[in-house]
Amino acid sequence: MPDNSHPLWQLFLMRLRALWREPSALFWIFAFPLLMAVALGLAFRNQSLSRLTVAVAEGPGQERLLSALAATPGLQPETLPLEAARRALATGKVAVVVVAGDTPRLLVDPGVPEGRTARLLVLDTLQRLAGRKDAISVPEEHVTVPGGRYIDFLIPGLLGFGLMSSSVWGLGWGLVQMRTGKLLKRLVATPMRKSDLLASFIFSRLSLAVLETGFFLAFARFLFDVRVAGSLLSFVLVAATGALSFGGVGLLVASRAQNNETAGGLMNLVTLPMTVLSGVFFSASHFPGWMQPLVKALPLTAVIDALRAISVDGASLWAQGGPLLVLALWGAGAFAVALRIFRWN
Amino acid sequence: MAEPAISVDGLVKRFEDVTAVDGVSFSVRPGTCLGLLGPNGAGKTTTVEILEGLQQPTAGTVRVLGQRWAEAPERLKARIGICLQETRFYEKMTVGETVKLFRSFYPAGIGVDDAIHLVALEEKRDGRVGKLSGGQRQRLALAVALVGDPEVLFLDEPTTGLDPASRRGLWDVIEALKARGRTVVLTTHYMEEAARLCDQVVIVDHGKVVAQGTPQALVAAHGGQQLIEFEARPMPSVEACRALPGCSDVQVRDGTLRLAVRGLPEALPALLRTVEAAGATLLQLSTHAPTLDDVFLNLTGRSLRDEED
Ligand SMILES: Nc1ncnc2c1ncn2[C@@H]1O[C@H](COP(=O)(O)OP(=O)(O)OP(=O)(O)O)[C@@H](O)[C@H]1O
Ligand SMILES: [Mg+2]
Repeated sequence: MPDNSHPLWQLFLMRLRALWREPSALFWIFAFPLLMAVALGLAFRNQSLSRLTVAVAEGPGQERLLSALAATPGLQPETLPLEAARRALATGKVAVVVVAGDTPRLLVDPGVPEGRTARLLVLDTLQRLAGRKDAISVPEEHVTVPGGRYIDFLIPGLLGFGLMSSSVWGLGWGLVQMRTGKLLKRLVATPMRKSDLLASFIFSRLSLAVLETGFFLAFARFLFDVRVAGSLLSFVLVAATGALSFGGVGLLVASRAQNNETAGGLMNLVTLPMTVLSGVFFSASHFPGWMQPLVKALPLTAVIDALRAISVDGASLWAQGGPLLVLALWGAGAFAVALRIFRWN
Repeated sequence: MAEPAISVDGLVKRFEDVTAVDGVSFSVRPGTCLGLLGPNGAGKTTTVEILEGLQQPTAGTVRVLGQRWAEAPERLKARIGICLQETRFYEKMTVGETVKLFRSFYPAGIGVDDAIHLVALEEKRDGRVGKLSGGQRQRLALAVALVGDPEVLFLDEPTTGLDPASRRGLWDVIEALKARGRTVVLTTHYMEEAARLCDQVVIVDHGKVVAQGTPQALVAAHGGQQLIEFEARPMPSVEACRALPGCSDVQVRDGTLRLAVRGLPEALPALLRTVEAAGATLLQLSTHAPTLDDVFLNLTGRSLRDEED
């Protein structure tokens, strides 16, 4: 290649090299979201199969109760003294306590999902034990709905989280390093066009976001058989839009910070609340109604909602107008403000 | 006479609580080298950065290559090269990649390998910037400053941390640039360097110019007196020495006589005659001519000591 290659290309290479040759950056971008997916995927893999533990508090007839409960599919009974059983219930080690006696009693917390399920199964067992006959026999067919597992829900959430982290930290941190090392100042002392520098950041972010998304999807498919129900192209487009929007946020956060501490603090301030509020690990619809407008206005919620809709429900790109608008507004707004207040030295 | 390459008139730069530059004026002819000298915090970097268009002056005017910074900054930037007092280039990039990046910003310039050759970093061409020594980094910064083939080169302490051979190498580069009609502005704390390279020296202190001129003129005006040290047997009397032409001070130290005189041409022959007339043998004789170091200390030494209290 001749010595006078295009500045935009050289700046783009600079950005890629900075990431490519930095093992820790690669770890955070590629390995970390994957490790989270593996950890959470394993933790929740057997959720539907796991049996509910119930305690039988010692009393008359406990042997008969124990064997009847053990014979019920989905239940795992164990005998405990009453006090120990209460403690086990309070700490969530057992879902329900059956106090043996002439008429058995139940101790249950109906606010806990397992408690509710266990209660139904235990009641059914007790009634049959007391001689109840089924009025009808309902035939059952066991199916697994594709895309209905927790991991299918989790993967788009983790990808959104990963895109947010790599964009905000990658772009913001990179800029602050360049500022503290006077490299930004040195660059603006050359005839370099500032728009070229900005464009190099945008293009490197986009290329990495696409790589990141492809890599993550491939592994999700390979490890957990997670498939994108909708169009793969739409999925990648939403991911790229999200990365750009977060890139704008990263640029804004780094636009004035003079040292690593300030920058790091600001980035945590931006990313942590979104990680909690935007439904990475659980649906954001669990937050109360008055919080929903706020939650929905966050860029991370927008990108995760759109990714989930496409990946889990097979929705089309056109149906994602709302989330895409949120992303565009955040991205454009952040870029505009950042360019206005940007500090070069 | 040709238009000056750089002209600075009544330059002032104030930060919240300090006046870093306080009414500095000078001009630099094309094809010459100007040295900006002064103690730490004198305002050298601030002055140079205003010339480079990196800082805005509070007052005063600056013209570089006949242009003001407000007129067409991009065009001006393409014609100058700069070496900041400190720059951390991307540690993960190689020397060659870094120079190539900067070369891409300039419409015209020298080859990447030529720039690397000028600072003798060929060996490290494919080495990571992060693995360079301090002096090598400094030379990389210089290669980056040279790669756009600048008409005016600004160097802020370019030889700080360089080994003697690299320093000579840089001097050669600067001499070659001057020979091609290029203008150089440099700051330095090494007086022999300034004396050797600079056609014009400006000494600043507390943001003000305390002296300017050619190194020779400054030495003549502010260097103080010549020193003669000698030993003879038997020693001539102190009174006889004091009577020598232009002699202002005589000290005896460890059997050596030390005379401060105005000029060697009058004092030295007279001294030799005195020694001869007394029938004594000269055992040892040395003279010390004042240098820019003496000028610097005479002009700024007091303020340095003030700062230390
Ligand atoms: N951005 C700034 N804000 C506030 N004060 C500053 C700033 N930059 C420089 N100064 C002050 O201006 C004065 C001159 O600084 P300058 O860097 O120009 O000195 P210098 O002559 O280059 O010193 P050195 O030989 O140590 O490099 C110093 O007192 C410094 O503290
Ligand atoms: Mg300085």
